[in-house]
Amino acid sequence: MTAALTGEEWIEVIAPGALSCVQDLGRAGWRHLGVGQGGALDPRCARLANALVGNPAEAAVLELTLHGPTLRLRAPTRLALLGAPCELRFDGHPLPAARPLELPAGTVSIGGMRAGVRAWLAVAGGFAVDPVLGSSATDLRGSFGGLHGRALRAGDRLPLGPVRPPRRVDAPRVPGWWIDPDAGLDPHAPIRYVATAAPALAAAAQRFGDSGWRVDPASNRQGLRLGGEALDTPAAAGAGVSEPVAPGTIQLPADGQPIVLLADAQTVGGYPRLGRIIAADLPRLAQARPNAKLYFRACDEDEAREARRRMDADTARLRWAIADRLAGR
Amino acid sequence: MNDPAANPAGADRRPREGAAAVEFEALADDAWLLRLGERIDDALNARVHALAARVRAPAPPWLRDLVPAYASLAVFFDPAQTDAATVRDWLLQRCGDSDDIAAAGATRVVEIPVAYGGEFGPDLDEAASQLGLTAAQLVERHSGGDYRVAMIGFAPGFPYLSGLDPALALPRLASPRTQVAAGSVAIGGAQTGIYPRPGPGGWRLLGRTPLRLFDARREAPSLLQPGDRVRLRAIGADEFHALSDPARATPA
Repeated sequence: MTAALTGEEWIEVIAPGALSCVQDLGRAGWRHLGVGQGGALDPRCARLANALVGNPAEAAVLELTLHGPTLRLRAPTRLALLGAPCELRFDGHPLPAARPLELPAGTVSIGGMRAGVRAWLAVAGGFAVDPVLGSSATDLRGSFGGLHGRALRAGDRLPLGPVRPPRRVDAPRVPGWWIDPDAGLDPHAPIRYVATAAPALAAAAQRFGDSGWRVDPASNRQGLRLGGEALDTPAAAGAGVSEPVAPGTIQLPADGQPIVLLADAQTVGGYPRLGRIIAADLPRLAQARPNAKLYFRACDEDEAREARRRMDADTARLRWAIADRLAGR
Repeated sequence: MNDPAANPAGADRRPREGAAAVEFEALADDAWLLRLGERIDDALNARVHALAARVRAPAPPWLRDLVPAYASLAVFFDPAQTDAATVRDWLLQRCGDSDDIAAAGATRVVEIPVAYGGEFGPDLDEAASQLGLTAAQLVERHSGGDYRVAMIGFAPGFPYLSGLDPALALPRLASPRTQVAAGSVAIGGAQTGIYPRPGPGGWRLLGRTPLRLFDARREAPSLLQPGDRVRLRAIGADEFHALSDPARATPA
């Protein structure tokens, strides 16, 4: 990366979309002070979008929710959009997602998500916001990190990291290849969880997987609220001392409607825990639409571990394949 | 998803009196939860902090996060560097015979100035009359307590302080306030705590500290660390304003 630009380039936000915020792979090392992990709800997509534009995996990306933003590029830019299918236009012309796009100065607009809820936009050089507590992730509840600790607004300037001077780009360059991180996965397979070992909660944990759940529209990055036939909370488990929780933790409040904690999970919680969604299936919850029906299936630690190993291996393989393509091999 | 009001003082789920074993539970694919007990109890909490100190010094390269809570400790690891079974074995060794987990040695003592009553503590008079005390007596007994940061959670920098005089326990408000000022010192059930940021809250507000409990851009972002001892010092309105951080600018 010699002859780097000074990093004084930026992208202007014309329209912010429904909820667009800067995210990376999250923060570590601050949970003891009540600061959660945060970061992209699907870290695979953040990593792979970065790979498509030649960034390191931990570079900051934009996480888009339900409806994407309109952005003005002031200079030629390489970008990539990955995640839920949605309309992507450059100066009004439709362009495909899931591949590196080289664009001249102009306007990029990203529309509504057609299936799923979230997508990730990476730009060569990354979004150069100041890291807070070691990460560029926006902590929306704590109002720090990302761009001014909040979601994007019209008129914002998104600073870009230094990149090699781009080639001359007079018109969009669109490669003929793309990636699909979900290839081979069954989108209808139940989402897997490991049930808690607490005997008092065994019956509720079993029933969690026996019935279907509806995604409550009040869900957000902190938690996915589920609605359905209420689970019984055993009295013995109702008055627990607050214990640590994590992304994936399934909480059972007194109303019997479970909450699955996502990336913005708080660090401790007082509700009984039914168990946890396995890491390999959490990215699917990032795409759960309001009112969608979800099904869950209990699995054991071996299956959880094997699924994670496979997910990490698939992601690594895709990153190698992308690097080869970008190097022209 | 989690309000201090949703963290009731705990009842024992199982009789574990004197139980020495530490229970392990997989909290996540990349985290173990070590449960030392299921009660709010100073001795138990001291063992949690002592175990945390033992895990942290020296910290293994795979250690990503530690969350000491009332009676349990979460240990987050980097799955790219190690695996759950290896971490479990390592932690088991650190636990050793858990009777050895003595209370931590030197702890910091942090003094926190608190302006009680009036605009700073809108619930002080009502709380005092519920407890059968005068406002001055409640201030004296609350500020005279010997507190310990049992854990930090709910929000960045929110300390759950143990050591509240049991006679000062107060039920939470039937309906939480939509807006509590940053720095508010409050009682919820048998606990006392301090709100780091403005926001909703259901605890009884006795006073407010001018100190900033959490600032992500400060070198030490949190004023308090888990395990710290805390002394409260009653101050007047003049001192409150003199100590207020001019850069505080807390938008309501």
